[in-house]
Amino acid sequence: MPSKLAISYHKVTKRFGSLTAVGDVSLDIAEGEFVAVVGGSGSGKTTLLRLANRLIEADGGTITVEGEDVQNVDPVALRRRIGYVFQSGGLFPHLSVADNIGITPKLLGEPAAAIVTRVDELLELVQLDRAAHRDRLPEALSGGQRQRVGVARALAARPRIVLMDEPFGALDPLTRDALGDDYRTLHRKLGLTTVMITHDMTEAILLADRIAVMRSGKLLAQGTPAELSNSSDGYVLELLRTPRRQVERLNTLLPQSGAA
Amino acid sequence: MSLFTDPRWGEALAHLPDYLGNHVRVSLAALALGLAVSLPLAILTRNRPAPRGILLAFASIVQTVPGLALLALFYPLLLLAASVTLAWFGLSFSAFGFLPAMLALALYSMLPVLRNGITGLNGIDPALIEAAKGVGMTARQSLLMVELPLALPVMMAGIRTAAVWVIGTATLSTPIGQTSLGNYIFAGLQTQNWVFVLFGCLASALLALAVDQLLGLIEGGLRQRNRARAGLGAVGIAALVAATLVPTMGRSSSGYVVGAKTFAEQYVLSALTRDRLQAAGLSASARSGLGSSVIFEALKAGDIDLYIDYSGTLWTNQLHRSDIKPRAELVAELKTALAKDNITLLGELGFENAYALVMPKKRAEALGIRTIADLSAHASTLSIAGDYEFFSRPEWAALQKAYGLQFRAQRQMQPDFMYAAVASGEVDVIAGYTSDGLIAKYDLVTLDDPKHAIPPYDAILLLAPKRAGDERLKTALQPLLGKIDIATMREANLRASGNDANSSPDAVARWLWGKIKQ
Ligand SMILES: Nc1ncnc2c1ncn2[C@@H]1O[C@H](COP(=O)(O)OP(=O)(O)O)[C@@H](O)[C@H]1O
Ligand SMILES: [Mg+2]
Repeated sequence: MPSKLAISYHKVTKRFGSLTAVGDVSLDIAEGEFVAVVGGSGSGKTTLLRLANRLIEADGGTITVEGEDVQNVDPVALRRRIGYVFQSGGLFPHLSVADNIGITPKLLGEPAAAIVTRVDELLELVQLDRAAHRDRLPEALSGGQRQRVGVARALAARPRIVLMDEPFGALDPLTRDALGDDYRTLHRKLGLTTVMITHDMTEAILLADRIAVMRSGKLLAQGTPAELSNSSDGYVLELLRTPRRQVERLNTLLPQSGAA
Repeated sequence: MSLFTDPRWGEALAHLPDYLGNHVRVSLAALALGLAVSLPLAILTRNRPAPRGILLAFASIVQTVPGLALLALFYPLLLLAASVTLAWFGLSFSAFGFLPAMLALALYSMLPVLRNGITGLNGIDPALIEAAKGVGMTARQSLLMVELPLALPVMMAGIRTAAVWVIGTATLSTPIGQTSLGNYIFAGLQTQNWVFVLFGCLASALLALAVDQLLGLIEGGLRQRNRARAGLGAVGIAALVAATLVPTMGRSSSGYVVGAKTFAEQYVLSALTRDRLQAAGLSASARSGLGSSVIFEALKAGDIDLYIDYSGTLWTNQLHRSDIKPRAELVAELKTALAKDNITLLGELGFENAYALVMPKKRAEALGIRTIADLSAHASTLSIAGDYEFFSRPEWAALQKAYGLQFRAQRQMQPDFMYAAVASGEVDVIAGYTSDGLIAKYDLVTLDDPKHAIPPYDAILLLAPKRAGDERLKTALQPLLGKIDIATMREANLRASGNDANSSPDAVARWLWGKIKQ
């Protein structure tokens, strides 16, 4: 049933000159699913994500979003209905927090009053104090607050799909953990479909329903964490070894703490 | 007399509405045109390295052309364009004054606007442009909502630089017939009226500063999204334009315009001519400081109504003749030739402003030198000085050929210093100008030219084609013809070179009229 798929990549290829950034990748993401894309730097994760909302165009294969071939959809309209959280926040430095959050509704021509209400809703949703943050410029925010604004901006036009490119990568571990949890809650509450890129397997395991592993533009493996641990691929097992070792070490260092 | 009680400040102030008004109008029009061209070009080429490179190279080259030369180049260019449009579309426009000045200044403003525009737009973090696309902006929305606002500070810095350049360079538009604050500076330099020079420089500096501050206000307002501040700046600029429009709009432009080139004698004679016309009940104004290549064309095109030129100048520059005729014959032939262009050579004023070889009177008498022929026998032991162009002019070649002149040394000098140099014996002979007042002051003598190697340079009154049948004008000018002898003109020029209130062209013109009336 293709209508149940939020995003579907079929034999998708993207080349930059002689470099194949994404090669022959097929991946289905069901509605309501939270998929993490994991892989080393330069493995093609960002490229794969940007293909979905046509920030770049594929050289081969087909991509469908909610059943429609993206080639048949106006790219601007496509981007307005898919939330995108950028790696470094991507907040516009000359716009206030409220204007950043309200940008996509504004582009969609929603009335100003409705946008004001929506912005307040979203600030609450991402747990930022309204009065204190609305009118600030992004430079006056901490890294964690900025990413919360980034998430709020992605959700502003009530998208059903959210793409996130290493959203919490640059944050300190505590903030990162909190934000990850908060987002996971939102994902469930709003019934979103989320594709999140991370290079941190631990984060992927903790947040995602399914994990896709990329290496050199290829999709090496995909599945639930349990399925992946049965993989025979050396690289996949190598990636899983880090969280395992962390768990073991934590267990010896923090006896009876029940942290997990 | 103290600096501040000098009546020339008052005289300068009286010209301010006219000069400042014209200066503001041409500068802001040029800036507006420059921005209207440069900003879209900067936006269009921001992601295209090849055209961007060509554009920046072009703008840089324009910038290396000295302002004065750029302005002067636009005049013949527009004359050509005007003759083409006249021939093809029956459309004629004035290539004089406002248009060439505005176009040249607009071109001049392009480099800082382009360079800062491109730098500002290219300096934006690509991640932000990506984010603009990602949140669903079209290319146009990204430009208007993200790229331009982010590039604004750098772009505005370029616009402010351009504004200051244009306002400063606009002072150089005087010689191509655009009234500007440069009128003070050109007139002041030529007539040694330092009050005027100072006034002109101060006024243009203050204007540049004011416009820069107002643009700064607009920039700050836009950046802080403070409408009131940006509005205040915009209102300031608008008020500046309005304030400079009001006093000069009502002025009638139907009067006679008397042209003058950029040296003291011309300032005096144009003031004298203007006074005569006004005395005859005609409305008249002087348009001074015009370049010598511009002024004749301006007369021909009717942009000015009359001016005084010199027979030898037109003989060489307009008729392209290199043969030499006696004074009266040359004027007669010139008159016929100019009549073909419908230009009236009304008559001679009576004196000549020609090149002449000049020595201290005592020295010439001691050596027994009266003529250039006498000089040639002594030349090999003597040194000569001339202005920057003399030794490359046909007069010098003709002199050398006719008299076999061979000097021990030849030097180039600033004309103002030549006379003092020959008086003090630093050089033995100079190539001076026959009507220069300093000849009398330093007790110098001009040597006769028995072989007529130097063409005559009679001062002649010329009328524009549209004034050919204007009998009232001719009658008003009649009293000047043949009435100014060389001694009188020398004294007038000497007075004009003084540095006090009695030395302004207007004052000297009144004195000169007193002498003529007698
Ligand atoms: N616009 C581009 N032009 C050229 N090469 C690119 C471009 N974007 C990405 N690449 C290259 O494609 C490969 C994959 O990049 P990316 O998808 O950003 O990797 P990841 O997000 O996994 O770190 C890298 O080698 C990168 O250098
Ligand atoms: Mg990436």
